[in-house]
Amino acid sequence: MRQRVRPFTGRQTGLPYAELVGEKMTVQKNTPLLQTQNLTKRFGSVQALSGVDFNLYPGEVHAVLGENGAGKSTLIKLITGVYRRDAGEILLEGKPIDPQSPHEAQALGISTVYQEINLVPTMSVAENIFLGRQPRRFGFIDMRAANARARALLKTYHLDIDVTRTLSTFSIAVQQIVAIARGVDMSAKILILDEPTASLDAQEVQMLFTVIRALKARGIGILLITHFLDQVYQISDRITVLRNGERVGEHLTAELPKMKLITLMLGRELLSETESSGAERAAVGDAGGAFLRTEGIARRGMLQPIDLSVARGEIVGLAGLLGSGRTETAQLIFGVARSDAGSVQVKGRKVAIGSPRQAVQHGFGMCPEDRKVEGIIADLSVRENIILAMQAKRGWLRALPARKQEEIAQQMIAALHIVTPDSSKPAGELSGGNQQKVILARWLASQPEFLILDEPTRGIDVGAHAEIIHIIKNLCAQGMALLVISSELAEVVDYSHRVVVLRDRQKLTELTGEDISEDNIMRAIAEQ
Amino acid sequence: MTDQRTSSTPAPPRPKSSILSSLGRLAAGNRRALFPLLALVLILLGNWLISPSFFSIRVVEGRMLGSIIDIFNRGAPTVLLAIGMTLVIATKGIDLSVGAVIAICGAVAAVLISTTDLSPYVVMLLSVGAGILCGLWNGILVAIFDIQPFIATLILMVVGRGIAQLITEGQIAVFNNPTLEFIGKGTLFGIPFAIILTAIVFVIVYLFIRRTALGLLIESVGANARASYYAGINARLITLMVYVISGICAAIAGLIITTDIKGADANNAGLWLELDAILAVVIGGTLLSGGRFYLALSVIGALIIQSIQTGIFVSGLPPTFNLIVQAVVILAILFLQSEEFRRPFVRAWNRMRKTA
Repeated sequence: MRQRVRPFTGRQTGLPYAELVGEKMTVQKNTPLLQTQNLTKRFGSVQALSGVDFNLYPGEVHAVLGENGAGKSTLIKLITGVYRRDAGEILLEGKPIDPQSPHEAQALGISTVYQEINLVPTMSVAENIFLGRQPRRFGFIDMRAANARARALLKTYHLDIDVTRTLSTFSIAVQQIVAIARGVDMSAKILILDEPTASLDAQEVQMLFTVIRALKARGIGILLITHFLDQVYQISDRITVLRNGERVGEHLTAELPKMKLITLMLGRELLSETESSGAERAAVGDAGGAFLRTEGIARRGMLQPIDLSVARGEIVGLAGLLGSGRTETAQLIFGVARSDAGSVQVKGRKVAIGSPRQAVQHGFGMCPEDRKVEGIIADLSVRENIILAMQAKRGWLRALPARKQEEIAQQMIAALHIVTPDSSKPAGELSGGNQQKVILARWLASQPEFLILDEPTRGIDVGAHAEIIHIIKNLCAQGMALLVISSELAEVVDYSHRVVVLRDRQKLTELTGEDISEDNIMRAIAEQ
Repeated sequence: MTDQRTSSTPAPPRPKSSILSSLGRLAAGNRRALFPLLALVLILLGNWLISPSFFSIRVVEGRMLGSIIDIFNRGAPTVLLAIGMTLVIATKGIDLSVGAVIAICGAVAAVLISTTDLSPYVVMLLSVGAGILCGLWNGILVAIFDIQPFIATLILMVVGRGIAQLITEGQIAVFNNPTLEFIGKGTLFGIPFAIILTAIVFVIVYLFIRRTALGLLIESVGANARASYYAGINARLITLMVYVISGICAAIAGLIITTDIKGADANNAGLWLELDAILAVVIGGTLLSGGRFYLALSVIGALIIQSIQTGIFVSGLPPTFNLIVQAVVILAILFLQSEEFRRPFVRAWNRMRKTA
């Protein structure tokens, strides 16, 4: 690694960085850097991957797309030695390889940066970059050298930060770039990026893309997994689409229209997502009578006083940029954090909600933003995850009989199309979209009158996305009160009867009826 | 239904035969149960090779005698502690104080019976009450004040023996009361009463956690405390309860130990037994990181530890080797359970089968 600390700006090519980045690299058609042939993997009765051919050429960004359960993760994990393949070949620069662990894959030149960044958050940036390979002096770790090299390395990524600061104090985007820098510094043939932009805002995404383009220019092959189709078209050169463990197509991005891509991914046409009109909205919004009304609830350092009401049969959307106070609003309402001002009324009666348990007793439910940490209980079965909130509501003394549990689980699995071999599979082994459905099922089983959904469609595939939006609308039609947070404006505009716009932890305005549009929301956010 | 949750079809509830069916399914080859059971059988066979009379049971004066009976009888306190410890560990906690709680509850029983006119039954209840108080203390520190379980229970572990010494005023408190002594020395249908009592406690705890939702909620809190909080689970109550159950188990173990020797030894009663209990839970496959727990397998784990000790005792090996032999055998069991350790052997086996 010693020789790798150098800027990749032209010392090899003679071109300045900016020109290299600006230049649209042509995809080289020679031997693939990485090639898989007939790659096959089976887990029990599930055929995760069957006979997949995949080619990654040097200097290209190759997006691998597919619904949840299509086999994207399995493909990556076979290439990086997390799983052993059942059949097929993996060739690196024409030579067969058989990595037994991610470590071995790394040594061969294949680095992976996961969505959940696999660095040590409590260590400094420099320590993270050189973890396990620290420069030494007289047998001791030479922290000064490490810091200097880390600083130089990150400069080549146009990242001028204090490398001695703890990693966790930086934004996710910076952490991601640090992870990439570490990976590329260690072995720089192939970089696998798994959902790198899932938690980034628009500006951070561009920052990351600049880095990706620069790496491309160095001839590194980049395998990209993402759910954001716009970004696919912005950054990728080639697309491989997987469905149900099979490759259904490999195309140059420029030659694949978006509609074609979506039909390839789904194997069917998209559900229509724009059913309700503004007129309908106004009618429904007035019908129910407020289920929940907050007056000036706030918490110092978390949220400015906010007034909000949600009626039965109404969907209220919370819109705003990342960090605008959307999640914080949900947390105060659900009792995850205690408000230090204001009051809350449920069905016209003033209530005090100091914990989720109390919120649940009042008929609330909440699908939190961070599915893995706050939602799914990975070790427990799908059935247990589904009945959990209902059981918590009944109290520990009144256990749901096993037969009843199974009945509810089966109902939910069928109603929400949860893909699982059976209800006793550990929920952590399901794909992201199915986990989200399990959490939704958990709350539906508890028969709530009011449901808060924080980013219900984040990080899940197009098909499950449409299904979840469908479910949200159905629940509303059945008379449930819903408060939905989403970063996707089109989505918010689609299903909301009212949209509350937040900025800087403060409510700016409320849009109703005909006024609800992406333009108006953005205008509201941008307004001085 | 503790140990067969990996089966794909949900078992219909059969409360009357839950232990029998549990054991039946253990024997039917549940993978998780395989290694602890195998280890127990191997150790018992080893014991039998060393002393051929190992499995013989004689009946003397209406009381069964023999090494096997001895294992169950001597192992009763560890089994009891392991039952409580399993639940605590499932919540991601640990209870280091159970050895000290044994000393406290034993001291309470011994001093009350010898210095007051209280009925022995009231004394038993008060002794268990002391165990409940100890459990509450631990539980409040952990659940309400958010102190790490290791530290919270370490406090009582250290101070507990001091409290026991205060109660016995630094003496070994001896007593004479046939009713109380029945717990540790009595025989029912020829079986030592301590074994029966332990079995009863196991059944009660098992039914208590599996007939209520407590078992599920314990596993949920242990596996993901934050998500459980979001789901509306009262994690504090659950945590409090497991420490109280652990305290009760320790109190009953204390009664057995104290009444067996007709005296409360504040310094030595139950000494280091908390470590045996933790080991039993680990051998049984419950992870220290919390979540899924396996009550019946913890009992097997405790019996494994006792079998080793009894085996060494009957083999006539100098007692100086006890601890070393015990450690080696337990290490072997843990290796056996480790998938990493087994992998090369499994591969070699597969290769052999392929070539054959």
